[in-house]
Amino acid sequence: MTPFSYSRPTSVADAVAALAEPGARLMGGGTNFVDLMRKGVEAPDHVVDVHGLPLGTIGEASGGGLRIGALVSNTALASDERVRRDYRMLSEALLSGATQQLRNRATTAGNVLQRTRCTYFMEPEYPCNKREPGSGCPAKTGFNRIHAILGESEHCIATHPSDMCVAMAALDATVHVTGSQGDREIPFVDFHLLPGDSPEAETVLRADDVITAITLPEASGASRNSVYVKVRDRQSYAFALVSVAAGIELDASGQIADVRIALGGVAHKPWRASGAEGLLRGSAPTEDAFREAGEAIVADANGYGHNDFKITLAPRTVALALNKALGLAQRATGDAR
Amino acid sequence: MSDPRTVGVSVTVNGEAHRLDLDPRVSLLDLLRLHLDLTGSKKGCNQGACGACTVLLDGERVNACLVLAVSCDGQEVTTIEGIGTPEALAPIQDAFIEHDGFQCGYCTPGQILSSVALMDEAARGLPSVIDVDAPPCSAAELSDEEISERMSGNICRCGAYPGIRKAIHAVASGAASTSRVASGAAQPATA
Repeated sequence: MTPFSYSRPTSVADAVAALAEPGARLMGGGTNFVDLMRKGVEAPDHVVDVHGLPLGTIGEASGGGLRIGALVSNTALASDERVRRDYRMLSEALLSGATQQLRNRATTAGNVLQRTRCTYFMEPEYPCNKREPGSGCPAKTGFNRIHAILGESEHCIATHPSDMCVAMAALDATVHVTGSQGDREIPFVDFHLLPGDSPEAETVLRADDVITAITLPEASGASRNSVYVKVRDRQSYAFALVSVAAGIELDASGQIADVRIALGGVAHKPWRASGAEGLLRGSAPTEDAFREAGEAIVADANGYGHNDFKITLAPRTVALALNKALGLAQRATGDAR
Repeated sequence: MSDPRTVGVSVTVNGEAHRLDLDPRVSLLDLLRLHLDLTGSKKGCNQGACGACTVLLDGERVNACLVLAVSCDGQEVTTIEGIGTPEALAPIQDAFIEHDGFQCGYCTPGQILSSVALMDEAARGLPSVIDVDAPPCSAAELSDEEISERMSGNICRCGAYPGIRKAIHAVASGAASTSRVASGAAQPATA
């Protein structure tokens, strides 16, 4: 680790001010950041440790949903009774990620800002356009089993590693930010960027922005009857090869009134599948319809060799997740009758 | 004059208060091992993947290698040295011996801390991905599958997992033998 100075601001305003220092970086739980500093991928001059700021509670949002403080731990968020009941896919996504030790320490905002686990990004002896713009992307022709099939560019085929963010994208969450120019709200689906020709820019955050909270809209049938299905190389403690957050709400006649689909492990950001949702809304929830929706998502997908299997795996995982969500929706409809 | 790069930190470890000035790069694990001479917590991968460094921070298990020591100001840490003593092992330590829960023993301190935390988490009704709807509300209700999932942050390359699961089952169900503690025959069986 290269030397750095360290501060513990006691307010969001102080944290924003501390970020004005050149080379300053924010640290929450540090579960990803400390690792990257040790590897030399991150080399901040100054670390602004916000772990102690009073942003660690979950409360009611003004619109009727939930307001999740930036420093709520993954464990606390996954275990929250309201989250388990009303936003089930979020709880499942969090619990399927990492380990209990990491979930205890990791924070909501830190989860949003975690970096890709692309092997070439993580190892500074390799070139990487994300770590060092213009140096190249060895992943395209290298070992790319975990890499992107959607939304990638010739400059970067890395995936976003978060499970939580996939559920947040499907649930229409909003990111709340405070910076030197004041407060603003960013729809979750617009928060992360596709690589394009500047893969080093991963989010719309400005240098002195601090995430203060994430809000979820009021619970709905599609948020309650929802699941997170994660396919990985081993049963536990592994990143997703492909993951799907899906939720379904049925109308009185058993047709799909609302449906949410987002994918992880396939793109540079959580991949909200709005087109596939559009195909399903208002139609009957059949196995064929689920499979067609999944196929539509990968219609423009590209494989790079080792990750070609994801083009087959993704639609199957979408269909599986939708089937599970349908089961919950039918149970809910049955319970209501 | 103090080094401008060092930061003051107060931590309580196994009930004992410490006040140190540290380079902010020092991890909680290195604070324990190198500054406080508590070498029970092991440095395995040093990247949060193996769990050998697991300690309790304010009662919750964390990977000590991924926590900066200076960020623990005002917090309480429990290490394997705070769980039991060679003369009076904690029930879970006894059960690890009884059920052959370790071989080389390198991962064992972390496994023990994780086991202690796991039983507390179950008692608090924390869910795992196995069952979000109906988490167990006591450690005694944990299935093998649940224990495996909840212990997945602790890697044992010797493969002592069946023994570790048995040890946790034994303590969680109240069936653990306390004879070793009573007889004073509780010597760690490390090679």
